[in-house]
Amino acid sequence: MRGNADQHALVAPGSLGAVLDLLAAEPREWTPIAGGTELMVAFSAGRLKARKLVSLWGIPDLQALRVTADEVSIGAAATFLELRRQATIQSDFPLLARAAGWIGSIANQSRATLGGNVVNGSPAADSSPALLVYDAEVEAISVRGSRRLPYSEFHTGYKRNVLAADELLYAIHLPRRFTEHRQYLRKVGTRRAMAIAKVALAASARLERGTIREIRLGAASLAPFPTRLRRTEEVLLGQAPMEETRRAARSALLAEIAPIDDIRSNAIYRRRVAANLLEEFLLELGREECRG
Amino acid sequence: MSVHEHAGQTAAWATIRLTVNGEEHTVTAPPMKRLLDVLREDLHLTGTKEGCGEGECGSCSVRLNGELVNSCLVPALQAQGAKIQTVEGLRLEDGLHPLQEAFLRCGGAQCGICTPGMLMAAAQLLAQNPHPSTAEIREGLAGNLCRCTGFMRIFEAVAAAAGVAERPAALEGGDAR
Repeated sequence: MRGNADQHALVAPGSLGAVLDLLAAEPREWTPIAGGTELMVAFSAGRLKARKLVSLWGIPDLQALRVTADEVSIGAAATFLELRRQATIQSDFPLLARAAGWIGSIANQSRATLGGNVVNGSPAADSSPALLVYDAEVEAISVRGSRRLPYSEFHTGYKRNVLAADELLYAIHLPRRFTEHRQYLRKVGTRRAMAIAKVALAASARLERGTIREIRLGAASLAPFPTRLRRTEEVLLGQAPMEETRRAARSALLAEIAPIDDIRSNAIYRRRVAANLLEEFLLELGREECRG
Repeated sequence: MSVHEHAGQTAAWATIRLTVNGEEHTVTAPPMKRLLDVLREDLHLTGTKEGCGEGECGSCSVRLNGELVNSCLVPALQAQGAKIQTVEGLRLEDGLHPLQEAFLRCGGAQCGICTPGMLMAAAQLLAQNPHPSTAEIREGLAGNLCRCTGFMRIFEAVAAAAGVAERPAALEGGDAR
């Protein structure tokens, strides 16, 4: 059944303060909508449950990109096209710039927002693996004030997160300390353009004399929500990316992930591909180290 | 924003002002009405097509404030005050847009359902990047599906148009910004 526009209210208060007042006055009544690339799809198909929506589109506070010496702060309603065009994102967070270019098509990237991708909480979210390996922090805001927490603690279950009923995701903060890291991101989908990930893996590592001193692995479509693979990271820490380490890391990853069968792929395929992506990253790491 | 109550409806209708192909319009509509439906039903601009209705096929592509969007995913209220260009606004005063000419010449259109969206995506691409490589043309049109041509003739048409369309004014077409 098609969606009926008469059955959904949409208001555009136009300022962050007015949106927060609305969320505080009637908690759980209002669903924020930014670029609409998720909610409008549900609406068109007659699947949109929210009856009252509040627009975040065009609110300057939520679109701002602030760059300091230590940090880049991205307003939650910044679009992926805006991120792709930012020189600082390209130079300091190349995995995020690449992921931004994978979000659907140009017409999706011009509307889809980083905050929307995060809050929607799809296990396959394109931006999430990169945000996880960059130690992103998320900032939530409400009339009560704002708070920051690590992005790795944001998702609490399938499509569940820590935001309170009156809170809005305000910004995503990225520390500028990864330019010396070896970085990796690969998404495996049905088609290069438009496809949703069957599996995606992001990784960053810092080596000292051939030994892994820092490592972060961020995965999509391998758990109920985008997640760091901390047990696999532990196995790799302090090791050189040699064959024995690679084998141990594959085992750790296979023990740690919990992919499912769904319309896009199945668990067996996802497990094999995830292990292969990790191996590919570690092989690249070893080769670059030899070139040294 | 002025608001009207209509009997039997839960959502208050909104008065939305927008400029389409250089012409100012005021429509009264449910704020969640899709921009695609406002263009087709309220403004009778039926050049913009509906394919999938979920942002996958690009048939409903239009340019909104200088960006390419799928009009099936834009609620009308978010187009408040916007400048929109549809395929009807692509033609130049003295004839077809170079992209339209090239699509004709190269066989870039068959059944025609994807063509308006293809043209708008291509117009956006050339506005941003007047001399795209083949890879850039493919990326620029990756969100537009065609089930007739096999795409090659469309890519060739865009490359051909990029070759002749040296005049930036020609690429801007009507009122894209």
